[in-house]
Amino acid sequence: MVLSKTASESDVSIHSTFASRYVQTSLPRFKMPENSIPKEAAYQIINDELMLDGNPRLNLASFVTTWMEPECDKLMMDSINKNYVDMDEYPVTTELQNRCVNMIAHLFNAPLKDGETAVGVGTVGSSEAIMLAGLAFKRKWQNKMKAQGKPYDKPNIVTGANVQVCWEKFARYFEVELKEVKLSDGYYVMNPEKAVEMVDENTICVAAILGSTLNGEFEDVKKLNDLLIVKNKETGWDTPIHVDAASGGFIAPFLYPDLEWDFRLPLVKSINVSGHKYGLVYAGIGWVIWRSKEDLPDELIFHINYLGADQPTFTLNFSKGSSQVIAQYYQLIRLGYEGYKNVMENCQGNARVLREGLEKTGRFNIVSKDIGVPLVAFSLKDNHKHNEFEISETLRRFGWIVPAYTMPPDAQHITVLRVVIREDFSRTLAERLVIDIVKVLHELDSLPARVNAKLAVAEEKAAASGVDIVHHKTDREWELEVAEAWKKFVADKKKNKTSGVC
Amino acid sequence: MVLTTTSIRDSEESLHCTFASRYVQESLPKFKIPERSMPKEAAFQIVNDELMLDGNPRLNLASFVSTWMEPECDKLIMSSINKNYVDMDEYPVTTELQNRCVNMLAHLFHAPVGDDETAVGVGTVGSSEAIMLAGLAFKRKWQARRKAEGKPFDKPNIVTGANVQVCWEKFARYFEVELKEVKLKEGYYVMDPAKAVEMVDENTICVAAILGSTLTGEFEDVKLLNELLTKKNKETGWDTPIHVDAASGGFIAPFLWPDLEWDFRLPLVKSINVSGHKYGLVYAGVGWVIWRSKDDLPDELVFHINYLGSDQPTFTLNFSKGSYQIIAQYYQLIRLGFEGYKDIMENCLANAKVLTDGIANMGRFDIVSKDVGVPVVAFSLRDSSKYTVFEVSEHLRRFGWIVPAYTMPPDAEHIAVLRVVIREDFSHSLAERLVSDIEKILTELDTQPSRLPTISARVTAEEVQNDKGDGLHQFHTDIVETQKDIIKHWRRIAGKKTSGVC
Repeated sequence: MVLSKTASESDVSIHSTFASRYVQTSLPRFKMPENSIPKEAAYQIINDELMLDGNPRLNLASFVTTWMEPECDKLMMDSINKNYVDMDEYPVTTELQNRCVNMIAHLFNAPLKDGETAVGVGTVGSSEAIMLAGLAFKRKWQNKMKAQGKPYDKPNIVTGANVQVCWEKFARYFEVELKEVKLSDGYYVMNPEKAVEMVDENTICVAAILGSTLNGEFEDVKKLNDLLIVKNKETGWDTPIHVDAASGGFIAPFLYPDLEWDFRLPLVKSINVSGHKYGLVYAGIGWVIWRSKEDLPDELIFHINYLGADQPTFTLNFSKGSSQVIAQYYQLIRLGYEGYKNVMENCQGNARVLREGLEKTGRFNIVSKDIGVPLVAFSLKDNHKHNEFEISETLRRFGWIVPAYTMPPDAQHITVLRVVIREDFSRTLAERLVIDIVKVLHELDSLPARVNAKLAVAEEKAAASGVDIVHHKTDREWELEVAEAWKKFVADKKKNKTSGVC
Repeated sequence: MVLTTTSIRDSEESLHCTFASRYVQESLPKFKIPERSMPKEAAFQIVNDELMLDGNPRLNLASFVSTWMEPECDKLIMSSINKNYVDMDEYPVTTELQNRCVNMLAHLFHAPVGDDETAVGVGTVGSSEAIMLAGLAFKRKWQARRKAEGKPFDKPNIVTGANVQVCWEKFARYFEVELKEVKLKEGYYVMDPAKAVEMVDENTICVAAILGSTLTGEFEDVKLLNELLTKKNKETGWDTPIHVDAASGGFIAPFLWPDLEWDFRLPLVKSINVSGHKYGLVYAGVGWVIWRSKDDLPDELVFHINYLGSDQPTFTLNFSKGSYQIIAQYYQLIRLGFEGYKDIMENCLANAKVLTDGIANMGRFDIVSKDVGVPVVAFSLRDSSKYTVFEVSEHLRRFGWIVPAYTMPPDAEHIAVLRVVIREDFSHSLAERLVSDIEKILTELDTQPSRLPTISARVTAEEVQNDKGDGLHQFHTDIVETQKDIIKHWRRIAGKKTSGVC
């Protein structure tokens, strides 16, 4: 008779996941745990913690796509273990990237002859795309100055103060000075005339934005082009233009095809666009397209030589996933020109519904324009009792994530709430948002003002210490002062651009 | 009676099954976005079918990057595929998971972090970005020091071995740092610490050592480098630091050789990068860089993103990107724990040994890789006069294996090797199968006429002319010389550093 023994480890598999010991002990945070745990437990633990993340589809702060068709999800999952950079091993994936580059180049009217391949590359996002484009400009400018025997140690770039933080990064990491054209009240994009004024012989390029992050407006690239041509003729500096079309690049060609902003303008030498914004792909893909081979200095290109096949590459990242490139190609052929046009028109329609709903409340100023990226930026007409930040906080309780931002200099006293209309933000959701905002307003109206409470406390203190409060500030002065103080606090973080806008 | 009408065009589109539909009869749009949309099933099928011609990721023995994860992890990945990592305020748990990974890795590498202190580090898209960030930190620190000393700071350089991966070249070229390479020599395929320290001058921002050389998997002797550099620093007062590129080795050495001192236990090591997507066992798209302490990361490089009040410091080149790789890395760290990783690495080592023994037993190859290092088997043909390793590689493709062949960097370019990377999913039986397939190929190639007739003829003719009784020795030298000539000529054609090794 053999005595059967069961190992005590069997206890581990009998208990259901939720009752197992692994959920009773606290999760390792700072050191790797010594022992392994069953995969079901690992999955459950992480899944449960992630429940506390925001819901991506209710995140109205972001332009980045949060929904794709199930067929595309399947394609992505199948290619999740493909390392994009293995071009020789995955030639079809590489080919798909090249096709996307060509399609996007044609969309932007690049001056390509029949049979000529476009110059461009897929990146991880517009940040990498902008850095590559900036590098190309910097190197071209350096070569030009060297040939002329002039100094080339102080390159600069001219943009509006409304630029996204990645331009700041480019400037700081690649040692280029950032010359910003300040905004003004009511004018929240780069003024072409002021920009051209700021151009000097050390300017490597002027960067215009198609789809300003804060209010979705398109900058007047045509005017910039015309003014810059005049200046170039006078000075002979040959300063080029880069268009940051991160959001607008997949909108303008479909909604406003007659708007001249792309390679139809002769001074535009490179354009970047985010595939993961209105390209309708999940996060992790951008594109940069150059006008022609001459605009990309050959010395920046690396030739990877796998077993005889020469593949030129110019990216900052090496190994990365292939899924997003495949997904972008899927979208381009699945939707086609007609499909993208329909999606963008729907977004515009839903933006209008939201905007009209907000206007009807009579409490908001609409800061965003009709022509531009489908977003609605709005500020309170009267914000000295409760400001936009409080509205944003209170909306979170309803599940909505609607961010509030202050404008960059010199319009820092303006605060806006911004709702981005993506493909998956339907009309019913827009109507629901309006209802919830109205609820929030009613709630806040019934609460005492936070700012006034502080002021009252300050007055009490002053009275107690015998100091008179002589000067009653006007509302406007108060706004400016609060904005100044806040700005100073934020700017004190070593003068970093903390626009936090994305 | 109501007359029903169906639009004939519509009914045709949905009746045909996917393979017979018109979309598969027309050629795929390649250069321009198609005018019309197509049904999603057709789009899926078309893209899926083209991708069948990509190589099979799991048979790609060229790459270190993970190609298999547990289904539970795949499930986690799919559910977070629509989360944009950079939205830190919206996805606080995902951000927290990144921070936990950073801390776990910092402890794994023995960073001098106190119990209550948080480690300094960041998740990146891969080791390329990680290395650029680390290099930027070194460059900025060095510039600040030189400025304070009133010395010129316009010619920074970095000292590495010629066996570096191409991303160091990229860093040097894009960030305008000179790359001073320590040349290799036959039989010694990593950076010689003594020669490296010799090359250090006052403009050196750091010395980069590699733990897990791409070509042979060898670990460089970081301890010796540290000792020699400490001595030189004492003499010169230059305070030159070390960076360890542990892209492959960082997840191997701590588990297999915990007593090997290569990490922050050595005082001059200031930053380490490791690829999560190599032996971190995650799909492509995640890397990590860890700094020793806050002082090693200049604050001016860190951007403070200020979303709705919460301050998040960030230092990355990429902005928007997917979250799923970070979540997958955390899953692996808690699922496997120290014990799990150790088991896997031991298995890889054992499978590498099976392959090494099998290849060595054929008697036709020299094993170039070492026993201590990344589980990689690099081998060269003893006799390359009839056919080269490049042909063996080509023939292996027919069997489904992707095994790359490379020439070594200078000054060992006459050596060409085949390299097989042993990943987690390369089992014992696959190793045996590969050995038997290589044997088959050798038999085939032996019986075929050689592709190199002209070369051998030339060599034979010379031998006859120069036969001084010492013919055999002369013959051997001539072949090596000729090979060297061929390689030099080929390299000249291919252009700049085309290591093509990944």
